[in-house]
Amino acid sequence: MAVKTDPEQKQEQRLERALRKYKGKPGVLIAALQEAQEIFGYLPRKVLIRVANKLTIPLSEVYSVVSFYSFFSTVPTARHRLEVCLGTACYVQGAETLLRDLQDLCGTGPGKSAAESPFSITTTRCVGACGAAPIVKIGEELHGEMTAEKLPRLLEELEKQ
Amino acid sequence: MAKIRLWIDHREMEVEEESTVLEAARRAGIDIPTLCYLKDLNAPAACRVCLVQVEGKPTMDASCVLPVSEGMRVRTNTPEVLAARKEMIELLLSDHPFECLTCERNLNCELQRLAKRYGIRDIFIEGSRNHFPIDDLSPSVVREPDKCIRCRRCLAICEYYQAVGIYRMVERSFNAIVGPAYNGSLMETPCIYCGQCITVCPTGALHEQDSTARVWEALRDPHLHVVVQTAPSIRSSIGEEFGYPVGTPVAGQMIAALRRLGFDRVFDDCFGADVTVMEEATELIERLERGGPFPQFTSCCPSWVRFCELFYPEYTKNLSEVKSPQQIFGALAKTYYAREAGIDPARIFVVSIMPCVSKKYELLRPEMSDSGYRDVDAELTTREFAQMLFQAGIDLRKLPEEEFDDPLGSASGAGIIFGSTGGVMEAALRTAYEWVTGEELKDVEFPQVRSDKYKDAEIEMGDLRLKVAVARGTGEARRLIEALKKGQKEYHFVEVMACPAGCVGGGGQPIYIETDDWNEQVAHRSRRSGGLYRLDRQAEHRRSHKNPAVIKLYRDFLGRPGSEKAHRLLHTGYLSRRLYSPEPLPKKEHKQKVPL
Ligand code: SF4
Ligand code: SF4
Ligand code: SF4
Ligand code: FES
Ligand code: FES
Repeated sequence: MAVKTDPEQKQEQRLERALRKYKGKPGVLIAALQEAQEIFGYLPRKVLIRVANKLTIPLSEVYSVVSFYSFFSTVPTARHRLEVCLGTACYVQGAETLLRDLQDLCGTGPGKSAAESPFSITTTRCVGACGAAPIVKIGEELHGEMTAEKLPRLLEELEKQ
Repeated sequence: MAKIRLWIDHREMEVEEESTVLEAARRAGIDIPTLCYLKDLNAPAACRVCLVQVEGKPTMDASCVLPVSEGMRVRTNTPEVLAARKEMIELLLSDHPFECLTCERNLNCELQRLAKRYGIRDIFIEGSRNHFPIDDLSPSVVREPDKCIRCRRCLAICEYYQAVGIYRMVERSFNAIVGPAYNGSLMETPCIYCGQCITVCPTGALHEQDSTARVWEALRDPHLHVVVQTAPSIRSSIGEEFGYPVGTPVAGQMIAALRRLGFDRVFDDCFGADVTVMEEATELIERLERGGPFPQFTSCCPSWVRFCELFYPEYTKNLSEVKSPQQIFGALAKTYYAREAGIDPARIFVVSIMPCVSKKYELLRPEMSDSGYRDVDAELTTREFAQMLFQAGIDLRKLPEEEFDDPLGSASGAGIIFGSTGGVMEAALRTAYEWVTGEELKDVEFPQVRSDKYKDAEIEMGDLRLKVAVARGTGEARRLIEALKKGQKEYHFVEVMACPAGCVGGGGQPIYIETDDWNEQVAHRSRRSGGLYRLDRQAEHRRSHKNPAVIKLYRDFLGRPGSEKAHRLLHTGYLSRRLYSPEPLPKKEHKQKVPL
């Protein structure tokens, strides 16, 4: 019998093996999801359904965990991860409008980077730089006193990298 | 049990050690408002409208989860406490659409009631409102997340009572909402459409798919012959909407009301239930002769059937092949009744009034068209029925008592108790017993199977000891099946109803918001059964096979129970189903009503 060796099938076999190890044990969901994310790079719907069915946990529970922790991603992670701070200080300084402007510019929404876009946009709680609010975090870098006007240039520069 | 002494509003009291402050206060006649709390089912301390001040503490506490302690001094009604509660309510309202006028729950909403009670006149909290798409894709349940106050009651009932687990807190911060995975449509999930989440939702965030428009349209159409069947439990629950004490049987007035709405014939679904008994008892006897497969599961609850198909496909062979009374009635209305009355079945429009939102889904199952037409055209819940009566200005209390029409209108007492938990089992036993033993029952009642808790019993039938069980809620059904799998239990015949106390507690019944205690909620629904048992005792015939209308049906039309014709019209099959849809349903459809 011919064995298919395309990468996707390999990934699925790895997931299968990983889940076998967790099956029937309590409190393993986060560990199982971390392993799944290592295998696929992110957590697409079909993987979450597989995890739910194999571990006999409702999909709602699996998704609840995935959507709660920011280290899980349900979309392929883009080259540049932009996080808009929505802590109180940033919020008061118009972070919400900033978020919308940024989404408009990139054509994406929180946690939903368009597959082709080099940017992913998420939100975060206070990052501890309230003095320079509003803050946009790019990778590990904090960009303070951000305004709608500064955004296009910022994105351009990132794209050049 | 150890007692704790404390003071609430300067009143000294002694209460059991494990009480909460809320319970202690209530016992002393001190009222504290609640919203998310549902005693013994849900206490997430999410809404904080039940705040109280413990003297000496810097912050206020949610009394629904605050344990009493020795010497504690609590204040429940200082101006500070009242202001803090008011602020919590304002906070909820600041993220709530002001749609009371057009809301399903207008005047029966716990949030609205609190807003009134606390005299909210303006919202001083400015926050951004989140908008979520409405999910009205499922045939039964509509979700309007904008009206969700994140109390988690739906989550609790679906997870702990039904063991289905559709809802969780999903997403975070601004986007956090109680909903299915991906905050997607219920159609993408293994929701069994029981509608129990609707009955505990304090707001209009969950409600049934509307069918009244379609029924009004049919009633207006002069070419249609519109017939209606009312489920057993409606006669003892519709009265509540008109101020009768819970459980008052009002069959006569209900029939009169339906005639005034314009239905051409008013029939009784209990007749369908009698036919279900004939077929189901026959099937049980066949299984006893063949030696299985056991247990035979009842199949008149579509949510339970769907649960079995989704989670235990290996047990669908145990489901009785007999259709539910609603579907049996529909199939007979468009064949037997059409022939008897000389009406073209294409012109007959069958409406059913049910305690249930799942029946909306059942009638759409593709196989439910054995008459050559869709067997049942539209279903109304008890609430929708009441809504139509209000609109038409028909008040049950002002109506005379009238009788059902022939030939689908006379039922036995056995058909009537179908609406109560254990009733399906008892009705089937009355017939099966007499058929198996050839003896007449001296006492037709089987109190062994009546209960609103899980119950099993052994019934002696001649040499046979029939092992039976009655389960309510698919949570109980899940535990039962797991026990069967492990060989810890063994039964011949099992009744499962998805709703607490059976159909009297169905997801389409009047919503009762006067209690925040789950056990009291179930007790309220059980009280509706009282009316059904009363009607059974008064009935001329109490066994389905002695009902002259049923005897005539078999003589003139079906032949005998289990005949080829009965199989073709009244029996069905089951599928195994995928739990989750692999692709999300397209968003644009989110605003579209399901085409019926
Ligand atoms: S859920 Fe209640 S408060 Fe909200 S719109 Fe409906 S009736 Fe009004
Ligand atoms: S209808 Fe029943 S199964 Fe579906 S979400 Fe509500 S409680 Fe759960
Ligand atoms: S949908 Fe209703 S029951 Fe569920 S969390 Fe929202 S308000 Fe509560
Ligand atoms: S609120 Fe944004 S950095 Fe603190
Ligand atoms: S926190 Fe007590 S009722 Fe909601």
